[in-house]
Amino acid sequence: MSNASNTAIAAEPGIVVRVLASRNLVIGLIVTFILIAMALVSFVWTPFSPTALNFAEKLQAPSLRHWFGTDNFGRDVLSMIMVGARNSIAVSIVAVVVGAGIGVPLGAVAAARGGWIDGVVMRMSDLAFAFPALLTAVIITAIFGPGAVNAMIAIGIFNIPVFARVTRGASMGLWKREYVQAARCAGRSDTAITALHILPNINHVLLVQVTIQFALAIVAEAGLSYVGLGAQPPMPSWGKMLNDAQTFIYDAPWLAIFPGLAITFAVLGLNLLGDGLRDILDPKVRRQR
Amino acid sequence: MISFISGRLLSLMVTTLVASIVVFMLMQVLPGDPALIILGMNAEPETVAALHRQLGFDQPMWLRYLQWIGGFFVGDFGTSITYSVPISELLGPRIMVTVPLALMSMLISIFGAIVIGVYAAANRGKIGDTIAMGIAQIGVAIPNFWLALLLILLFALKLLWFPASGFSGWDDGIWNGLRSLVLPALALGLPLAAILGRVTRSAVIETLGEDFIRTARAKGLSRSAALWKHAVPNALIPVVTIVGLQFSFLLAGTIIIENVFNLPGIGRLVFQAIAQRDLVTVQSLVTLLAASVIIVNFVVDLVYGYLDPRLSNGGH
Repeated sequence: MSNASNTAIAAEPGIVVRVLASRNLVIGLIVTFILIAMALVSFVWTPFSPTALNFAEKLQAPSLRHWFGTDNFGRDVLSMIMVGARNSIAVSIVAVVVGAGIGVPLGAVAAARGGWIDGVVMRMSDLAFAFPALLTAVIITAIFGPGAVNAMIAIGIFNIPVFARVTRGASMGLWKREYVQAARCAGRSDTAITALHILPNINHVLLVQVTIQFALAIVAEAGLSYVGLGAQPPMPSWGKMLNDAQTFIYDAPWLAIFPGLAITFAVLGLNLLGDGLRDILDPKVRRQR
Repeated sequence: MISFISGRLLSLMVTTLVASIVVFMLMQVLPGDPALIILGMNAEPETVAALHRQLGFDQPMWLRYLQWIGGFFVGDFGTSITYSVPISELLGPRIMVTVPLALMSMLISIFGAIVIGVYAAANRGKIGDTIAMGIAQIGVAIPNFWLALLLILLFALKLLWFPASGFSGWDDGIWNGLRSLVLPALALGLPLAAILGRVTRSAVIETLGEDFIRTARAKGLSRSAALWKHAVPNALIPVVTIVGLQFSFLLAGTIIIENVFNLPGIGRLVFQAIAQRDLVTVQSLVTLLAASVIIVNFVVDLVYGYLDPRLSNGGH
């Protein structure tokens, strides 16, 4: 198998050429890069302080001084969006790590063992899917109290069944392949086979799923902060900004427009990145093109 | 087919029961004593104890669970702590908001998806396809509550076509009621239309490549007749499944959207009940929501099995 795939890759154009040929991937990479850069830069520099109140300059429309305008406390919207990116990224990273960290092993065990273990894992994920994800998150934050950390856990929990299903679905067929059967005959344990043969062969599927769940986590975090259950003030968050904007929507529409654009921009970039990765990594999609 | 249905029905009931147990257990760990919320923080311990007895909190947990879930079979969902009325009474008027809202969103989603998906598939590879799928790509990325704010800004505040928030009630005439639901339904339905539109496009493209389309064209059917009479109806099978899956998104969406538009629906009731620690209400509503998702998915499975008999015979 490894020989076959090596020759197949060698016959194709190099990885750089393939990346550049996928428009989705290029745009996705650029947007994701801007997003991460914005969050990192905000640690050392923002145009204005994102938290300091300045009533002399409150509710100003976008201008050269304040590119995205100011809010009712005179805070610079661009600075708040930059710091808000930190919050979105941090919550999403933890949520995806929690979801993949628990979901992938569950799915891998279900596929490796089958039988009742598989049944239990699958019924549990059926059950999780019966609860609308956001509703679960609202209940979890209600139990543990609102805040960024609890939002991470709440979003992470509903990522678990997604990763369990994807991992199980992608690895199920691999267990019937000859090279896996051969490894079994050679006396390798299920754990070793999973680590050496199964996971390396499904990592492209998982990578695509990670970007999708990352995008969903950004929306979920914004939704939770929007209803007041995510990051708490004075920490700026995109969803919270949208909620605050609602009061001033007629007089200061820019307050509602820019944080929403930031969310859409981030999600769009991650979705394109996911599509692009699928284009270049998934052999099935590659052959169709 | 019979064994397929009965097997599914059994797993449906088990899943619903387990879901209700999970919800019940969750509510037990929710902090905040409802008796203290009703009586205020400075209540006498005796009064609190008396109310605990009245609410049934002195009984063992399993008995309380059985009493609560037993009520479901006779339409008794318990009594709301904050409103002091049976939850079934709270549900009535709110269902009349949320169900029409969900149906309108679903119609918008399906209609939008067919328009954009079939158009893109018919113009595959041309500029129209690229533009349609670009719009869909953006539509998928827009969070519904932001779309809601933009719709309010444009259609309610600038153009004054629709109310910005609130619900006038159905007594005021059906048209007035529908008018207050248009913007919320668009905010919920359009992002779903974008997701569904992409599925529709690939489904139509796939069916367009089938032999029966070639046969239809060969017997002299025009391109558009072959598309609408043969390709689209066949492409709708996978689309139906996604519509079912979207139902859960839709329910979750109503929680936020009903808050944005201040609509007196189920989603807002759940949200308020959580905020007010109205445990019985949260417990019953969440169980009902989970049950409705399970039932809708069951119906979708049935429809899917009916449309594609291979599944019900070979599948499970």
